[in-house]
Amino acid sequence: MILMLSSASTSITVILIVFFLFVEGIGVFSKKPIEEGFLLAVHPSNTIQKLEPTQIKDIFDKKITNWSALGGKNEPIVLFRTEDITEFYSEEELGENFEHFPAKIDEYITRTPGVIAFFSDKYKSKDFHGKELDVNKITVYKFLSGEEWFPTAQPVAQMGVKPLILGTLWVSFGAILIALPIGLAAAIYLSEIARKRTRNILKPLIELLAGIPSVVYGFFGLVVIVPLVQDVFNLPVGETGLAGSIVLAIMALPTIITISEDAMSNTPRAMKEASLALGASQWQTIYKVVVPYSASGITAGAILGIGRAIGETMAVLMVTGNAAVIPNTLLAPVRTIPATIAAELGEAASGGMHYKALFALGCILFLITFCINMLVELVTNRNSHKKH
Amino acid sequence: MHKIESKNVNFYYGETQALHDISLSMKENTVTALIGPSGCGKSTYLRLLNRMNDLIDKTHLNGEIYIDGHNIYAKNTNVDDLRKNVGMVFQKPNPFPKSIYENVAYGLKVNGITDKKVIEERVIKSIEQVALWDEVKDKLNKSAFELSGGQQQRLCIARALAIQPSVLLMDEPTSALDPISTAKVEELIYDLKNNYTIVIVTHNMQQAGRVSDNTAFFYMGELVEYDKTKNLFTNPRKERTQNYITGRFG
Repeated sequence: MILMLSSASTSITVILIVFFLFVEGIGVFSKKPIEEGFLLAVHPSNTIQKLEPTQIKDIFDKKITNWSALGGKNEPIVLFRTEDITEFYSEEELGENFEHFPAKIDEYITRTPGVIAFFSDKYKSKDFHGKELDVNKITVYKFLSGEEWFPTAQPVAQMGVKPLILGTLWVSFGAILIALPIGLAAAIYLSEIARKRTRNILKPLIELLAGIPSVVYGFFGLVVIVPLVQDVFNLPVGETGLAGSIVLAIMALPTIITISEDAMSNTPRAMKEASLALGASQWQTIYKVVVPYSASGITAGAILGIGRAIGETMAVLMVTGNAAVIPNTLLAPVRTIPATIAAELGEAASGGMHYKALFALGCILFLITFCINMLVELVTNRNSHKKH
Repeated sequence: MHKIESKNVNFYYGETQALHDISLSMKENTVTALIGPSGCGKSTYLRLLNRMNDLIDKTHLNGEIYIDGHNIYAKNTNVDDLRKNVGMVFQKPNPFPKSIYENVAYGLKVNGITDKKVIEERVIKSIEQVALWDEVKDKLNKSAFELSGGQQQRLCIARALAIQPSVLLMDEPTSALDPISTAKVEELIYDLKNNYTIVIVTHNMQQAGRVSDNTAFFYMGELVEYDKTKNLFTNPRKERTQNYITGRFG
C-alpha cells in the first residue's frame, strides 16, 4: 500500500512538473514582447500597422532608416525615446512635474511624419493623435529560429533561442567527441586487457567520478581547463565552448566507461575463445568480436553520456563564458540552455515575458532529453531482442 | 618424430596443481582420445596444446610441449601463429553472430587473406569438407544461428579447417548434440584423420572406441594409462583404467 502510494505520488509529481513547465512555457507565445506599460507610436498618417519584434530592434539599432523598407511611405525614420524630449522642449515647457509631458509628446509626434516613439503609458495624453503600433506576438517558429537572445532589450525583447540551442548541442557534441574515444579505450582496457586486480581498483574509482558534485567539476574547469585552453590556443579568454566540452566530457566519462565496460564484459567467453583459437590476435578479437557484440551497450552509454552533458548546468555555466551568440567555432564563448535558465531566472520578473521564455527553454530542454532517453530505451530494447 | 610431444608437464591454476608430470606423444595423422572422469585434467591438457589456458589468470606451467619439434611454450613462440596451426573445436557450438559465410571467412580474414577469390574457394572447400555444403549452400548469407546445433558444430569445424591447421583439438565436440548429429561428426573425424592430427576429449567411451587410434586415460590430474585404443579398452594394464571403462566409477 505504502509502496503503491509512493510510486503513484512520484509519477503524479513528475507529470505535474512537466505540466507546469509547459503551461508556463507556452505563455511566451501569447504575450507581446513589448514591456508592459509601454507603447510604440507613429505619425497618424503612417500606413504601417504592425511590426515584428526583430524589425523594431533593427529600427532602433538604426539598421532600418526608411519606412519604405518596411512597406510604408518613403520617409526617413526618426527615433524618439522618452529622454529625447528635452532636445525639443525646454524644462519650463514641460512643467515643473512634467505635467505637460503627455501633451508635448502628442504634439511632437503629430508634427514629425517619420517618427517612431517609445514611451510609457502614463505619458499618453487623453486625446492622443498619434497611431499606436501593434507588435506581433512571437511565433514558435520565430522563437526557435530567432538568432538574437536579448530578453530584457528595450523597446522590444528579442527572444531568439537558436544560439542557445546550438550552443547546447555544440558543447554536448564536442563533449561526446572527446569522451567517446577516451571512454571506449578505457572500457576496452578495463574489460579486456587489465588484470583482475587492476580492474577491481580502477572501476570503483571511475564510478566515484560520477558522484563528484558538478560545482566541483566547475571549479576544476575554471582553475585548470580554462587557463589551459587560453594558453594552448592563445585566446583572449579561455571561457569557451571547448572548455565546456572538456569539463562535460570528464563528467560523461564514468557513464560511458561503466556502461560500455559492462557490455563488453558480457561478451560470451566462447566468442572470444573461438576468435583467438582461429589465430586472431587479441586486438583483432577486440575490434571484430567484442566491440560489435557490445555495440548497443556502447551506444547506450554514449547516449546517456550526452544526456547528462545536455542537462548539465553548473559546471557549464562556470566555464563557457555565456555569450548568447551562434557558435561557429569551439573556441568562442557559448551559452547553453540550462546555464541560461540558471543565470537569468533569478532576475526575470515573475510572470513576465522573460520569465515565460525561460520556461519555454526548459520545455525545449525537456524535449531534447526526453528524446535521448527514448533513444536509449530503443537501443537497449533492440539489444535484448537480439539476444533471444 | 612425433607430431605432438609433451615432457613432464605440470600445470597449476593458482596454488592448485591440475596436471602432474604428464608425458604424452602423438604421431602425425592419428586420432588420440583423452578420457577420464570430470575434473581429471583432460580438457586442461587439451587447452595447453594451443595455449588457450593463457587466457586464464594466475596459471603457470612446468615442463615442455613440442609441436613439430618446436617448444610452444618457449619465449619466442608466436601464439597467434601457433593457434593458426592448431585449430580448436569447442564443447558447445560457438558460431559468431554473423552469416554462415562470414563465420568461415573470419579466420581467413584475420590471418591477412584479402583476396576474395581465395577466401570464397576456401570457405566452400571447408564447408564441403564437413559435409555441410548441401544443407547450407542456399543460405550462406543467413545468420549462423539459424542452423541446428549439429549443423552449427560442423560449421565450427569448417571454420577451424578453413585456416588449414595441421592439428585439430576437439573438446567434447558432440556433448551438446543429438545421436544423429553425433554420428555425422564422428564420421567426419574419421575422414579428417588422413590429413590432420586430431586430439579429442570425450566423456563417451564408445565414441573414444569408435574414432580413436590411441587413448589416454587421465585420473586426478595424472596420466594413468596411454595405449592403442583397442588394447586399452580390451586389455587395460592398470586397475583404475579397468574400473573406469567398466563403469565402476566416474
